[in-house]
Amino acid sequence: MKKFNTADIPRTERIGRLLHHTFEKMPEIEADRAVLLTESYKKTENEPMVKRRALAFAHILENIPIVIRPDELIVGSSTKAPRSCQVYPEFSFEWLESEFDTVATREADPFYISDETKATLHEVFKYWKGKTTSELATAYMAPEAITSVEHNMFTPGNYFYNGVGHFTCKYWDVINLGLEGIKKQVWDELMSIRPYDADYATKHELLESMIISCDAVINYARRYSVLAMDMAKECQDPVRKKELLQIAKNCARVPEHPAEDFYEACQAFWFIQQLLQIESSGHSISPGRFDQYMYPLYEKGIYNGTLTREFAQELLDCIWIKFNDLNKCRDAASAEGFAGYSLFQNLICGGQTREGRDATNDLSFLCIQASMHTLLPAPSFTVRVWNGTPNEFMLKCAELTRTGIGLPAYYNDEIIIQSLMSRGVTLEDARDYNIIGCVEPQVGGKTHGWHDAAFFNMCRPLELVFSNGYDKGVMVGIETGDLSEFTTFEKFFDAYKRQSNFQVAMLVNANNSIDVAHAERCPLPFAAALVDDCIKTGKTMEQGGAHYNFTGPQGFGIANMTDALLAIKELVYEKKKYTLEEFKEAMALNYGKGLTPKAAKASTNAVVSSLIAEGKKVDENVIAGIFKMFLDGVATDEQKAKFDKMREDIDAVPKYGNDIEEVDLFAREVAYVYTKELNKYKNPRGGIFQAGLYPVSANVPLGEQTGATPDGRLANTPIADGVGPRGGYDIYGPTAAANSVAKLDHGIASNGTLYNQKFHPSALAGVEGLQKFVMYIRGFFDQKGMHMQFNVVDRDTLLDAQKHPEKYKTLVVRVAGYSALFTTLSKSLQDDIIARTEQVF
Amino acid sequence: MENYLKARGRIFDIQRYSIHDGPGIRTIVFLKGCPLRCRWCCNPEGQEWEPVEMLVEGKPKLYGEDITVEELMPRLITDEFYYMRSGGGITLSGGECLAQPDFAPHLLHACKDMGYTTAIETTGYQKWEIIERYLPYLDYVLMDIKHIDSAKHKAFTGVNNELIHENARKFATSGVDLTIRVPVIPTFNNTPEEIRAIAEFAASLPGVEKLHLLPYHRLGQGKYDGLGREYTMRDIEPMTRDYMQSLLAEAKKSGIYCQIGG
Repeated sequence: MKKFNTADIPRTERIGRLLHHTFEKMPEIEADRAVLLTESYKKTENEPMVKRRALAFAHILENIPIVIRPDELIVGSSTKAPRSCQVYPEFSFEWLESEFDTVATREADPFYISDETKATLHEVFKYWKGKTTSELATAYMAPEAITSVEHNMFTPGNYFYNGVGHFTCKYWDVINLGLEGIKKQVWDELMSIRPYDADYATKHELLESMIISCDAVINYARRYSVLAMDMAKECQDPVRKKELLQIAKNCARVPEHPAEDFYEACQAFWFIQQLLQIESSGHSISPGRFDQYMYPLYEKGIYNGTLTREFAQELLDCIWIKFNDLNKCRDAASAEGFAGYSLFQNLICGGQTREGRDATNDLSFLCIQASMHTLLPAPSFTVRVWNGTPNEFMLKCAELTRTGIGLPAYYNDEIIIQSLMSRGVTLEDARDYNIIGCVEPQVGGKTHGWHDAAFFNMCRPLELVFSNGYDKGVMVGIETGDLSEFTTFEKFFDAYKRQSNFQVAMLVNANNSIDVAHAERCPLPFAAALVDDCIKTGKTMEQGGAHYNFTGPQGFGIANMTDALLAIKELVYEKKKYTLEEFKEAMALNYGKGLTPKAAKASTNAVVSSLIAEGKKVDENVIAGIFKMFLDGVATDEQKAKFDKMREDIDAVPKYGNDIEEVDLFAREVAYVYTKELNKYKNPRGGIFQAGLYPVSANVPLGEQTGATPDGRLANTPIADGVGPRGGYDIYGPTAAANSVAKLDHGIASNGTLYNQKFHPSALAGVEGLQKFVMYIRGFFDQKGMHMQFNVVDRDTLLDAQKHPEKYKTLVVRVAGYSALFTTLSKSLQDDIIARTEQVF
Repeated sequence: MENYLKARGRIFDIQRYSIHDGPGIRTIVFLKGCPLRCRWCCNPEGQEWEPVEMLVEGKPKLYGEDITVEELMPRLITDEFYYMRSGGGITLSGGECLAQPDFAPHLLHACKDMGYTTAIETTGYQKWEIIERYLPYLDYVLMDIKHIDSAKHKAFTGVNNELIHENARKFATSGVDLTIRVPVIPTFNNTPEEIRAIAEFAASLPGVEKLHLLPYHRLGQGKYDGLGREYTMRDIEPMTRDYMQSLLAEAKKSGIYCQIGG
């Protein structure tokens, strides 16, 4: 009766053991790649850069230690220890050297590093001084842009320190044609070029480099084949021996030749996924539409009886764990912005075919099951939803959401396809999109999207309006005039726009400088062999060889800026209750409140150093006194009372997130300040800039660098998450908040928008709960919302909400037909509810 | 045709994204005023017809707003995407929505005009000829049967149960989809015998298919504090899950489909 085979498959014991092994120890930093890379670079200094990259890639793959971990069916590990990382000094290294002693103990994503590795890397790094992409990027940047970066107007740190990544290659070509097929395409192109062609030199070098790179990968797979064979010889356990022999056979065939069965396809997929990340340090290298390109061999195996659903499931589970075996060490600041050891390898299921029919298949369901079996953050498992998505699929997705791991993320074809088409993507390509990294749509195998190019903090330009362009005594923006000149709200808002526009221009400069640095210093020939149209154009992706080119920096802080600007509009210009000067004073004094301990410490250090600089004597007591002053707040009691009243008045102004038409349409305008301005700019690869609206997790660390804002937000506290309302200010529940969010123009934010929500498990209880949950998503998507992702609030969260009620002001708990704001209930009632939460399923 | 959009009534709250009170995603409109005074009532601010002030998070807020159907509809239409997707719509609750016959049927009428499903949550305490004015615009009725013993019913709710039981029979044959709900209240009706008796009554009604047991909770307690009223159920502990399961098993003996929660 059912269209799909959705029967649950139990997890095998192997998967439990693999999980245990993978997560047993803390991840580690390993030096092998950096050493081999440097060895190769030293020998190739007179070669063209693209050839040097290919030769280094080959040298690394020839010599890097390889391991097959116990119980593995899919092999290919970049590091000796599980979940560990290699080092990529060609992009940047100074941060790592300076963080050697703290990287193991930092709060966000710590990595163990041995003294031996530190010493090895210290030697290696000597070679790289002056040769990295980050150093070249800095050299290219305009001084004003550097100032803006230094003052945290935006942070382009992602690609400043690391490879770009953020693409989906043609896994399907590797599976169907093998690297031998790719090589043939390259050879054909090589045969067609003539010595007198204008681009002969660069194209010829690149095509040769592609051949070297493909051979390097084939050779690497063969090393695994030999290792598996050797291990099989030693193996006493007949079952494992047989598995190892099968692994040896697989690795001898793929990815060189076309995969003949589903198992080989899985192994071929994995080598590509792994080695693209060895070539560069890019993150968000995303598998894309896995259920589509893997399906033909799955179907064939099931049809001719050579594959069981159970074995296919076990292979998928193995791949899911392998995604978590790859890791990356970022600098401390970036680690906070991308917290959770995530590489954002986004794997998407469902959606439409290129012809516009529903694409859901049995493999889509096995992918959901794999995430349920492993309950891991990787892959970033996501699904496409369109009007024709079967409910059966949605209900299975909702079951995964109910586990509380925050997956899958849901994406709306009905807005994304038109959004991509507005950027020049063809209809068929647009229907074939997948998501990169967090939320960024692109056409896999054809795009260099440069998504996630920078975090643009929309709150900072407003601070510059109040200071006439200055930050900490330095001119960072432009002069928009004294506050007294803003006689109307329009003039004030216009000043915000001009400050913002200036920072957008600086951001473009920073991004384009980094872009050129990557093209010059780190072209990636292996990735180029697997992305259209690099072979034809004879350019790597970094040089503009991809079919579609974009740069997508993401803005965040819409909710704060909407609420802030509306507070000023109403309280200063309409009711005339306060002046702009009073707002300025309140913000400068943080509304009379003390700073967070972290910020108080930083401010104390600044004051102490300036006192010392003035030659004053500073003892422990003075320092303690200054620290206490910052903790308590520097305002007088009279000022504090006034600011408390002011914040009450600010709170009374209507807020974004409550389905209030005027407020939400203003939010749309605020988002346009960023999104429309960005549309004007072009990148060096011949593409355009397109805005995203999401902060990943950077709303917290970048909030720490943002002063108090006119929405009543205190200094150094988090900025609102994604495109959602500010925590605690959406008081009419999930439909009202979603309606507000849907009123933004998601179509123009073609680099993606992000809307996170918290739900109580009772909202998803039983089949009926799942159905209503699915209809809630569909109701939001009917209004052209783009993305939705859910945290199902569990018992631990409720316990945390008891301890920190301020963080959970709008947490609604729904129990048996009655609902309440959790934090307004008494302790004993909360305990009742916590007890009930466990009973929900 | 009379202009039913101009009908005026009194409400005290609107709750969106309600998913436990009837099919699909619903918005509940709480109508002011109730003829009963159930001791455990979790909406005490809705009992009196007159607007009341209640402290919410330490701040006084007035409950009771006079509004016409025409003025109210835009506040309900906002979630239409979700109603349409889920087969949801509007549920009238209270207070007691049957106590505003010059308003509530017209509101239901307007909702039917929009294609929403309609439901009421009710005590069933009203003259049948008045209830009949609601029926043309009503899809679902969620009706309480609180106790079989009339004297005990009166002691805990302020009214006898004869009229309520009679109306339950009439609803059952009126063509609406009727669900019987039992607020299960310790010291009042939570013995196996009492629950069994209610379930058997429900099973005896023609066309009733569902019985919901709603376990007592203390979530209304804060509202009594906010109203400066005494909460006489303060010392009563909620029942354990196991105990509710035993009552569910008891109720199921009647042969009707039973579940815990709405």
